[in-house]
Amino acid sequence: MSPRITDVWVYLSASPLLGLTLTLVAYQAAYWVYQRAGFNPLLNPVLLAIVMLVAALQLTGTSYATYFDGAQFVHFLLGPATVALAVPLYLQFDKLKKLALPLVVALLAGSITAIVSAVGIAWLLGASETTLLSLAPKSVTTPIAMGIAEKTGGIPALTAVLVILTGVSGAVMAKYVLDGLRIADHGVRGFAVGIAAHGIGTARAFQVSEQAGAFAGLGMGLNGLVTAILAPLLLVLWRWF
Amino acid sequence: MLGALTVLLVFQLIGEVLVQFAGLPIPGPVIGLLLLFLSLCVRGSLAAPLRDTANGLLQHLSLLFVPAGVGVMVHFSRVAGEWLPILAATIISTALAIAVSALVMQGLMRGRGGADDGEGGA
Repeated sequence: MSPRITDVWVYLSASPLLGLTLTLVAYQAAYWVYQRAGFNPLLNPVLLAIVMLVAALQLTGTSYATYFDGAQFVHFLLGPATVALAVPLYLQFDKLKKLALPLVVALLAGSITAIVSAVGIAWLLGASETTLLSLAPKSVTTPIAMGIAEKTGGIPALTAVLVILTGVSGAVMAKYVLDGLRIADHGVRGFAVGIAAHGIGTARAFQVSEQAGAFAGLGMGLNGLVTAILAPLLLVLWRWF
Repeated sequence: MLGALTVLLVFQLIGEVLVQFAGLPIPGPVIGLLLLFLSLCVRGSLAAPLRDTANGLLQHLSLLFVPAGVGVMVHFSRVAGEWLPILAATIISTALAIAVSALVMQGLMRGRGGADDGEGGA
């Protein structure tokens, strides 16, 4: 390798441009594959993009910190995007108002199921306590889940990974689970996916219909609030026994 | 679009400040979401630029999770060491949460649909 190319690489790897550009290129490549495959849920674009990027970083010996220097600009948009969920929520509000009771009961049932079954299954299979604590808030959106893990003694960065894993598996499985249960209503489908698989599930629901997306956004937002309260409480109860 | 993006950021900022001051366990953007929603309800209308900007952001919501997801490489050894409990717990529990939420909601909606016999619900 000539010194010139090395110089260029040293320059690029120190600038945020590379991480940012790589993220956008990988995601669009992943999305293209997903589209080409007729939106097959198994080829989830988030999953594909992550696999491509991890492979590229490992091959070039680039650290996550270096990559994140650039990728943080994309990551930052999670905040305003969360606030933006107020818009579809407002547009669907008339529909949501009529369903207040089913929504609240389903939310509590889904939220408790997500926390208890995740911790329970991992515990039965012998996971370490740190992993259990990091798993408890896995169904809610990254910033909330990381905040909860910090408070309960999990590892926030590990929680972020588990949250993504949950979101991707939810986005992949939702269609099969809901079809299997013969649930046709887009509102119900969206809400369930939003509760169980936060923003990645919500993104998937928006690809299906605006109604599914709005309900998913609501499920995700509400479950964020409910889990922030329930997860620490349930963990205290669990330690007690 | 610039105005709409500013609105989103201002609501996020208010949310973050409130969370810091009140020591809430909820992240700032979620409070921002609630506040923006409430102000839309009070105003009773939604400006077209805000609608378009919000839709534009939400259309690419998946992309925004990619940087955090790549973080899996940092925790590779823990995830590899406990891959079975981690995978089983996330996959099974996510499927269960989807199924339980959907069945409960569907059940209650059906109960309501056929509830002419006096559930008394509005």
